[in-house]
Amino acid sequence: MSTQVSAGKHTVEQVEAVTIRFVGDSGDGMQLTGTEFTRASALAGNDLATFPDYPAEIRAPAGSLYGVSGYQVNFGAREIHTPGDAPDVLVAMNPAALKTNLADLKPGGMLLVNAGAFTAANLEKAGYKTNPLEDAALTQTYKLVPVDMNKLTETALAGSGLSSKEVARCKNYFALGLMYWLYSRPIEPQLEAIQRKFAKKPEFAAANAAVFKAGHAYGETSEVFYQRYQVPKSKLAAGTYRSVTGNFATALGFATVARLTGRQVFLGSYPITPATEILQEMSYFKEHGVVTYQAEDEIAGIGSAIGAAFGGALACTSTSGPGLALKTEMMGLAVITELPLVIVNVQRGGPSTGMPTKTEQADLLMALFGRHGEAPMPVLAAQSPADCFWSAIEAMKIATKWMTPVLLLTDGYLGNGSEPFKIPSLDELPKLQVKYQTVPNYADGAQYMPYLRDDKLVRPWAVPGTPGLEHRVGGLEKDSLSGMVSYDGMNHERMVKTRAQKIRNVVEDVPDVETFGPASGDLLLVSWGGTFGAVRGAAEELQARGKAVSHVHLRWLNPLPKNLGEVLKRFKKVFVPEVNDGQLAFYLRGKFPGVDPLQFNRINGKPIKIGELVGKVLEVL
Amino acid sequence: MSTNGQNVNTALPTYTKKDFESGVDPRWCPGCGDYSIINQVQRALPAVGVKRENIVFISGIGCSSRFPYYMNNYGMHTLHGRAPSFASGLKVSRPELQVWIVTGDGDALAIGGNHFIHAMRRNLDLKMLLFNNRIYGLTKGQVSPTSELGKKTKTTPHGSPDYPFNPPALALGAGATFVARTIDVEGAHMGGVLKAAAEHKGSTLVEVFQNCPVFNDGAYEFLTDKAVKADALLRMEQGKPLVFGKDGKKGIRFNPQSAELEVVTIGENGVTEKDILVHDAKREDPTIAFMLANLSMKPGFPTPIGVFRDVRMPTCEELTWQIIDGAKAKKPDASLEKLLAGGDTWTIG
Repeated sequence: MSTQVSAGKHTVEQVEAVTIRFVGDSGDGMQLTGTEFTRASALAGNDLATFPDYPAEIRAPAGSLYGVSGYQVNFGAREIHTPGDAPDVLVAMNPAALKTNLADLKPGGMLLVNAGAFTAANLEKAGYKTNPLEDAALTQTYKLVPVDMNKLTETALAGSGLSSKEVARCKNYFALGLMYWLYSRPIEPQLEAIQRKFAKKPEFAAANAAVFKAGHAYGETSEVFYQRYQVPKSKLAAGTYRSVTGNFATALGFATVARLTGRQVFLGSYPITPATEILQEMSYFKEHGVVTYQAEDEIAGIGSAIGAAFGGALACTSTSGPGLALKTEMMGLAVITELPLVIVNVQRGGPSTGMPTKTEQADLLMALFGRHGEAPMPVLAAQSPADCFWSAIEAMKIATKWMTPVLLLTDGYLGNGSEPFKIPSLDELPKLQVKYQTVPNYADGAQYMPYLRDDKLVRPWAVPGTPGLEHRVGGLEKDSLSGMVSYDGMNHERMVKTRAQKIRNVVEDVPDVETFGPASGDLLLVSWGGTFGAVRGAAEELQARGKAVSHVHLRWLNPLPKNLGEVLKRFKKVFVPEVNDGQLAFYLRGKFPGVDPLQFNRINGKPIKIGELVGKVLEVL
Repeated sequence: MSTNGQNVNTALPTYTKKDFESGVDPRWCPGCGDYSIINQVQRALPAVGVKRENIVFISGIGCSSRFPYYMNNYGMHTLHGRAPSFASGLKVSRPELQVWIVTGDGDALAIGGNHFIHAMRRNLDLKMLLFNNRIYGLTKGQVSPTSELGKKTKTTPHGSPDYPFNPPALALGAGATFVARTIDVEGAHMGGVLKAAAEHKGSTLVEVFQNCPVFNDGAYEFLTDKAVKADALLRMEQGKPLVFGKDGKKGIRFNPQSAELEVVTIGENGVTEKDILVHDAKREDPTIAFMLANLSMKPGFPTPIGVFRDVRMPTCEELTWQIIDGAKAKKPDASLEKLLAGGDTWTIG
């Protein structure tokens, strides 16, 4: 659906939604180009979602296939659930980027290439025997737009005094300028952004601004493009928005907890891809009551958080799969001591180092069951980058209310991906109450019993500095009242069952699942975590085609929502798409005997695409 | 005000040893050196000037690590080797608390080696008591990282083929600002060392030579036996020459030619008292302290006890809170609204 209007010498086509992918060498600045263009789309009022896709190598050899870094953004006038399936536009800065990404471009899509980078040496590095830009098939399949950005950047910076290396580093702004023109974006905010970014290096600010303007002007004056595009404002709810990545939103959520409670939020962590940004971002929130501590390893990261929790802090730790594995013994201690703690696991491709920069959902069973002994804990999974904000607050609320560690699952796709976040008003935020025990709680009025529970089985939290409540906690099984070491077998059984029941009781804070679509029908799509957007998008498309397909999304994995079993039974088929080899499907079979979900499992390091999921569902309907 | 928004009462009650006893009877083996250590700690604490509820004992796993259960303070009995990680988080979060770590040679130096060196180098004000019995006791007699070369244990029936750690030297190498050594049977000496450790602000290691009567009995008889003690022990005292021996005529001299410490006898070969190295734990440079710590590993040298190093440097928690307070002072109008609405924003509708 599009309309055309005339504007000057170019017509402007209105489009509902566009997916653009920027690809180039990992040193080409594609992540920056992508984020800058995303910001422009956000400021233009589009809904959007992004997906950065970068190699594990920081600077792979220039021009190599494995050094290609990409950034995909899907923006539109309608609701955007995912970063988009196949790109409508591919901006390729060199032959390697073209080779590794061309197959994804939609037939008929626009292929904008930096022709200047198609040198004999670069073609050879990418394994091209001949120049693909001269291949007639390419121009027949795609709208090929070759632009020598190297040369045009050099021309724009002639006499600037910058070295040729410095000049070459500006060419991503040429591509950005061209895309600004093509999508009818006002250039002023970008020029201001360049000034801010390079405030300390005015010569680079001037150079990048010049190249950006040159790129923009090139669109207008060259005869390459016969039309421009415009994506109208989306129908997002009224309000003020900012663009957030999932990792930033997680950090923002924890900082918000500090403000909401007036208590210290303590993050003990250790750098690990793709979770590192949580630690980085939180270290900028000190004025809000956040304390960050970069520990010597993953184990000390969670250990420091448990120590801080014993001291009364609202403690959290952040990691990714291999780090979660290292933290498991510590999680057992947090379970048995019943101290509040949030563990954030930004999942990535595993096992072992696996695919550290690629996304996956393969830590679900580990999150649910991967501990020694009987060690249940609440498990929550964020469903979108902005939802990481709400999930972080919710996880901390549950941890403190129920005196338990809580596992929050996000993933590389959510952590690095971004979307508009509607800034909540203060009364939209959850109420968090943090209570410390300050007086003896035993019937004799004199003693403190750290494991004397309330009617919900929650134990009190007395922190050092409180006179008269001195007590010890630890990893040995403890007496069900005094918390002193107990080797009594029946006491152990009572404690195991009590801890399990307490976690089951958390279900009172777990909202029922909502069925998107009819309450019964042929097929129910069940998703969890980061696949929300793709599955919702697929459900919308299937419903639009008149199929009796509904969708249920699980944010809570333990406890599961009370009504889930009943909802599952109302559909002839249950279908579970996951970025793993079938972990939720396995879990549901165990939890709901008789339910045997069909599966769609994509484990290629990328989010599920709406189109491929629609196709799979149509096959089984 | 504490760092976590709670009020801390400042009036200090008068304590006795009993105030620090939890009432739980210690369950160490009869004759274990740990009894003497807890006794000295409970005696030392009333004079430390910190309220009972503001003291926290954190331990790992091992015989020594049962310690917190017997103390009437806040306490955590944690995981094998990991005590420093909990203590570090607690101290950064609540710097006003006095945090002690109780650990053993296996706990601190084998499974917990990484946490040990980082706790020392960060200079957090953590007071670590390392009970060194040179054996794994709780698992009944295996070689430990401080067992001597050639030691026969259940896992080294033909003798240990690996070299031991020297805990004070390791701590000094890692940057500890207070390093001391004492012996379980030297009650008065231990009391003095504990008092100095309590008064120090910064990373603190107190190594206690501790006898395990069941699995490594007599490990320190070469130091504690009355017949050899005077020649085997070098008692380091601040500002005093490093002399030892029955008549106090033996001493430690720094040889500038070899750049090594050597044992000399006053009155022999022209050696006078002036030649003897005067002990100064306040030297900022840890080189001499490191040399002294290593004497116990060298044949023919006495084993030093006392304080190797006692240097005041800004602690990690002080620096951390300077930064936090600085950030707060810089943004006095920071608020939840500003936090949420920071960065680039746009409005719809």
